[in-house]
Amino acid sequence: MRTKARRAALGGLFTAAALILSFIETLLPPVTAAAPGIKLGLANTVVIFVLYRYGAKFAAAVSGARVLISGLLFGAAALPYSAAGAALSLCAMALMKKSRQFSAVGVSLAGALSHNAGQILAAMLLLGRNQLYGYFLPLAAAGAVTGVFIGILSSLLLRFVPGGGEEKKEKDAPAGKPGTGE
Amino acid sequence: MKRNKTVRNDILLICAVALAVTAAMLLWRALRAEGGSAVVYVDGREYISCPLDSDARVTVPGAGGGFNVLVIRGGEAYISEADCPNRICVKHRPVKYAGQTITCLPHRVTVVIESARGGGTDVDAG
Repeated sequence: MRTKARRAALGGLFTAAALILSFIETLLPPVTAAAPGIKLGLANTVVIFVLYRYGAKFAAAVSGARVLISGLLFGAAALPYSAAGAALSLCAMALMKKSRQFSAVGVSLAGALSHNAGQILAAMLLLGRNQLYGYFLPLAAAGAVTGVFIGILSSLLLRFVPGGGEEKKEKDAPAGKPGTGE
Repeated sequence: MKRNKTVRNDILLICAVALAVTAAMLLWRALRAEGGSAVVYVDGREYISCPLDSDARVTVPGAGGGFNVLVIRGGEAYISEADCPNRICVKHRPVKYAGQTITCLPHRVTVVIESARGGGTDVDAG
């Protein structure tokens, strides 16, 4: 990243985009009555985009800021669960990307499933019950579907939205080349 | 060629996940047993246990204030009313099989269906 100001501006931009997407999601009706906590995870498209173009650290910053701000805006009750989900999801996605074995679709799928796992783990710890694993199955089933969908969306985004390449090369050139080809 | 490899790995991963989820669901369906009671936990502590064979309506106080109304009707348990922000618990469909749960994260209220013989569905459930 060239300057601090540029970094801050980009971070704010991506965080705002992620927040807007999370908000739009709350306006959509619940997908199924089996597990009403299910969400599409649109904000993850932004995190994946940033992960590919600017690296894991910057993606972590954007994701963390999004979780904190949405906690402040929409109620802090869900904060520990989203924080745990987001953290685990980011680690999984960074590792998946680093392995260079998967495209953004595989990365997103791993991110969705680990997000669910993180939320359930946080809930088990905080609620002191170990029986919540029963909730993981419907969440994982939905997460698999939404994860692939979000992954396809992110691939399209990475293919058609230009920019970000030069910072990337400057920062970690050897690990570098994004999945956009050429 | 790099691209083809990642796409192939993606497809393998998707198939593996789909298979695992389907297998787990089939297994759960095969093994599920109707529960004996709905046990309500507030902030990790047992608040009340309601047998599923008698209809009931219980107002459960949430951990940080607020309430959730648990209704037992026709052998099923559900949350009919709550003043939590997201109301996910109210939207959750009724539960009746051992191990099923309804959770209200904001109020830290969990409803767990436990098997007829008193104990939980876990090996280590006290």
